[in-house]
Amino acid sequence: MSDSIVKHTSKTAITMIAFAFIGTALLAYVFEITRAPIEASEAEARLALFKQILPESAYDNDLLKQVIKIAPSELLGNHLPTEANIATLNHKAAGIILEAVAHDGYSGDIKLLIAIRADGSISGVRVLAHKETPGLGDYIDVARGNWIKLFNNESLAKTPAKLWQVKKDGGKFDYMVGATITPRAVVKAVLKAVQFFELNKDTLFADSRNVATENTGLIHKHKD
Amino acid sequence: MSNIYKEITINGLWKQNTGVVQLLGLCPTLAVTTSAVNGLSLGLATALVMAAANGSVSPVRKLVPNEIRVPVFILVIATLVTVIDLSINAFAHPLHKVLGIFIPLIVVNCIVLARVESFAAKNTTVPSMLDGFMMGSGLMLVLGLLGAIRELVGKGTILSGLDLVFGPVAKQLMWTSTDYHGLLLAVLPPGAFLGLGSLIAIRNWIEIRNTAKTNAATPTLKTSLSH
Repeated sequence: MSDSIVKHTSKTAITMIAFAFIGTALLAYVFEITRAPIEASEAEARLALFKQILPESAYDNDLLKQVIKIAPSELLGNHLPTEANIATLNHKAAGIILEAVAHDGYSGDIKLLIAIRADGSISGVRVLAHKETPGLGDYIDVARGNWIKLFNNESLAKTPAKLWQVKKDGGKFDYMVGATITPRAVVKAVLKAVQFFELNKDTLFADSRNVATENTGLIHKHKD
Repeated sequence: MSNIYKEITINGLWKQNTGVVQLLGLCPTLAVTTSAVNGLSLGLATALVMAAANGSVSPVRKLVPNEIRVPVFILVIATLVTVIDLSINAFAHPLHKVLGIFIPLIVVNCIVLARVESFAAKNTTVPSMLDGFMMGSGLMLVLGLLGAIRELVGKGTILSGLDLVFGPVAKQLMWTSTDYHGLLLAVLPPGAFLGLGSLIAIRNWIEIRNTAKTNAATPTLKTSLSH
């Protein structure tokens, strides 16, 4: 009796293991053959996004390889280290692409990608992800409107920090009636990213000079 | 023989339609259908997973002891879904960005397990695959239709985003209304419930009308014979 239980149990267990093994093997195989195409299309998608905010004529390096890690910073609104891409032209720092997060949107975090030229002016801003109300707050997305292009060529030199607000609050940025919270959050996040850049640009680009030869670098700098 | 196939097809697409009759897999039905292309794509992915899951469980159904059949079925489904997820990510990357988080959710979509358990575990391979595919296609039709309604009412476009699936050529098939800017409600979650409710009502109405017709037809025939 107990013999047949053992026999039955082990047969069941072996069947389960066999299926798990076949499944794992199949997954490993598919993962292996799709890895290169997935990496390629992710890199391509990223480059296409970079191209929207930083014209190809502005740099001559491989943006995807010139990556530095940035420690979490209150000014960038992130809680985890992020990656920034350094653009160089003729081996001189030309700009940087930063990721920033606005926490005070209407609904959830708004993730931004901001390209800043070496002189501190903004080359372009794009919204990477947001959960703002469709049809109301989503005009910050370039697919829905040109609002985000208001930031092109803005800089702290051109516009003092107190004017980095929506017009309703006495600043210089337009907004659409009915959805002020969203642009307010974006303007604030972009301003803080520009301030972050101004405070840290020497470190960021100093690091990039090393990066040019090593391809990796770390900045551990806590601003709080 | 062909009768079985016909019955499976009719069951999947109409009589036992997962979207509007069995009401299984409501999570993707409500969440993904903000446009026709999104709905159709996820529907197609689900149909492929269901066909593959039914097709791979059926041949081994006698090898699987009763006690562990559910874990084994889940394992098979999870493997297939991951394979499809990786393939879409590799070969249709923009689409993966849109559907990304919903594809892994096919694993927990109860229709997939329901069809494996109630059909593939009891039938031979070919009818099982057809059953999976037809059940999935039934869902795909509902997702596509609901997506199209919400997209048209909510955004005033038809087939927007088709280029994500078929490349830039498909842009010609897209249509955008010039003077209609959309009713926001249709794209928001309530629009999904209202749209699905309407589809269920329409399907029931057609069904009731058909039954009434056949019921009405039979007595007329009898009376005409008796005269």
